[in-house]
Amino acid sequence: MKKISLQLETLSCPTCAAKIEVALKKSQGVIDPEVLFNSSRVKLSYDENLIDIEGVKKVIAKLGYGTLDVKEGL
Amino acid sequence: MGKKGVVILGSVLVVLSFVLYKTIGYRPVTIAVMLATTALTGAPIIYRAVAALRYRIIGIDLLVSIAVVGALIIGEFWEAAAVTFLFMFGDYLESRTLEKSRSSIKNLMALSPETARIRLEGQERIVAPRELEQGMSVIIKPGERVAADGVVIEGAAYLDQSSITGESEPVYKKEGDEVFSGTLLASGYLVIKALKVGEESTFAKILHLVEEAQDAKAPTQKFIERFSKYYTPSIIVLALLAFLITRDLRMALTLLVIACPGALVISVPVSIVAAIGTSAKMGVLMKGGEVVEKLGKIQVAAFDKTGTLTRGKPTVTSVIGYGLDSAELLTIAAIGETYSEHPLGQAIIAEAKERNLLSAKLPQDVKHIPGKGLCFTLDGQDYHIGNRALLKEYSIESSHCEGDLLKEDYKHKTVVYVATGKRVVGLIVISDQVRDEAPEVIRKLRSLGVKRSVMLTGDNQATATAVSAYLNLDEFKGELLPADKVAEVKRLQSEYGHVALIGDGINDAPSLATADVGIAIGAAGNDVAMESSDVVLLGEKLSALIDALQISRLAVANMKQNIFLALAVAGVLLAGVLFGGLTLSIGMLVHELSVLLVILNAVRLMNYAKRPKDVII
Repeated sequence: MKKISLQLETLSCPTCAAKIEVALKKSQGVIDPEVLFNSSRVKLSYDENLIDIEGVKKVIAKLGYGTLDVKEGL
Repeated sequence: MGKKGVVILGSVLVVLSFVLYKTIGYRPVTIAVMLATTALTGAPIIYRAVAALRYRIIGIDLLVSIAVVGALIIGEFWEAAAVTFLFMFGDYLESRTLEKSRSSIKNLMALSPETARIRLEGQERIVAPRELEQGMSVIIKPGERVAADGVVIEGAAYLDQSSITGESEPVYKKEGDEVFSGTLLASGYLVIKALKVGEESTFAKILHLVEEAQDAKAPTQKFIERFSKYYTPSIIVLALLAFLITRDLRMALTLLVIACPGALVISVPVSIVAAIGTSAKMGVLMKGGEVVEKLGKIQVAAFDKTGTLTRGKPTVTSVIGYGLDSAELLTIAAIGETYSEHPLGQAIIAEAKERNLLSAKLPQDVKHIPGKGLCFTLDGQDYHIGNRALLKEYSIESSHCEGDLLKEDYKHKTVVYVATGKRVVGLIVISDQVRDEAPEVIRKLRSLGVKRSVMLTGDNQATATAVSAYLNLDEFKGELLPADKVAEVKRLQSEYGHVALIGDGINDAPSLATADVGIAIGAAGNDVAMESSDVVLLGEKLSALIDALQISRLAVANMKQNIFLALAVAGVLLAGVLFGGLTLSIGMLVHELSVLLVILNAVRLMNYAKRPKDVII
């Protein structure tokens, strides 16, 4: 299991944050995602056998939000 | 095309649509331009709505998408173009203004040192701060930021510590003093030994706490989020019902747009982030929305004494000699205390140093008598320094000082006796001084409507009485053990309601946890205090408490204004739809304006840092 933090482009509504959180929760391999509205960041753990960082970014991109930066191993 | 490009092109197209609509009316070219506007600005909205729907999430995007598609179906091309444009443009403006509300925290982050100048084998080198290691010698020159927490080993300088404490007056640092990462060297030159680097440094920890805090949700926010989770889908049902009953599709679609909870969901987080950012700039960390809400409601301010209401550093307040002058007395006493670790001994040495009375001579035959004082020999004479118990033990004559001892001023201070040849030759009076700003803080608390200002201390009753009388406190308790303090906090809670406990954050952890809001003062550099408290006053000024309290109250008021505004606008729009034939585009315009207004209202909170000092708002 790995922990990462993703910096997203500015989130302009709390419901967008909630949306991303729900989508990540429903994605296989993503554990305890937490979307921080004010800092526009996502913190989560993932099971590398089921999903990778690109996969996580894809889920977020599919919803229409860009990822600016990923920090690994927190 | 970037966001900005879409905004510019969208604006051109929407203006063109409007002009064509008003001049030539609905002709094929007009409709084409309107469809182009809708496609450009509406595509991302529909895309997001569909993407979210795949995860069974019903959001604002979906409400708007249905409205737009509906408008196109009934041939309202202008309405579709205007609604998508307004929604996109509103979103753009909102993210810009939101950035303003978050700017205090961003600015704080920008103060992270970017380079560090180290001395390695006699050579100066510039490295990235993350390459620093504990024990390295770090050099700081004027205009540079300290890159690690450490202790000064060479040089002296004035440091601007406002990035940490919020206090802008430069602080003088010399050999042996502690410095913090992130502070700015104004003038001088320092070499420090790095003690805490990178993520371990105080500044990194502060940033981390602020970052966590801005997204720690307030109870009101949690409630609104739960509410909107059910609210948004139910609007779709409501619009559908409205259509089935009235057969008025236009009205049903308008209902979808105006019922968007955009302003409501943003009302609380935007106030919180502005409040937390502003207070962080002033050296006050509030750990999240819940703390902000609670702090605004406190009825009792309970203070610890030592280090909170007082400076926590005993200092000599007067020196009286009998048969020798005070300078001579202080010199001898300081020599005697050379090897002493006792705070009172330290106070004597500090005073001698201050008055330039330190001698290079060393005491001989030093004997410590625990709890009483010490004996030593100097230039063939034997001396005693200590308290009354010491006088008694050695049968030392002290009747000639009784007159001075009776003076009111000395009653609640500590008197150290200096004796030689079985006779007292001098008194050194030491006290832990009440902070200069403490009386003013207590007065302001009262004018802010805090019901009780209370002191809870482990110190003796006499000192507690004196400090309490001087500060005109409502209540005080002395000689309390940690468990007693917890009991006192509980009693105050049951009698008056919300209690804030203000302490140094180290010795009073259990009572800090019991209080509704635990506040630690002077906590920069002290990890335990920073972690165990709800509100951290990073600087040494007690007046930051008043700032914290005022900001939290303003923030709570701000949230209420925002919630009220959001609901009022929704209500007016609803009435407009039901009775006034409000159009889709006007509904969207007003809705977006209300969101912007809510954000701008929160940004107003940031003016607090700029207000004239000492103004009670």
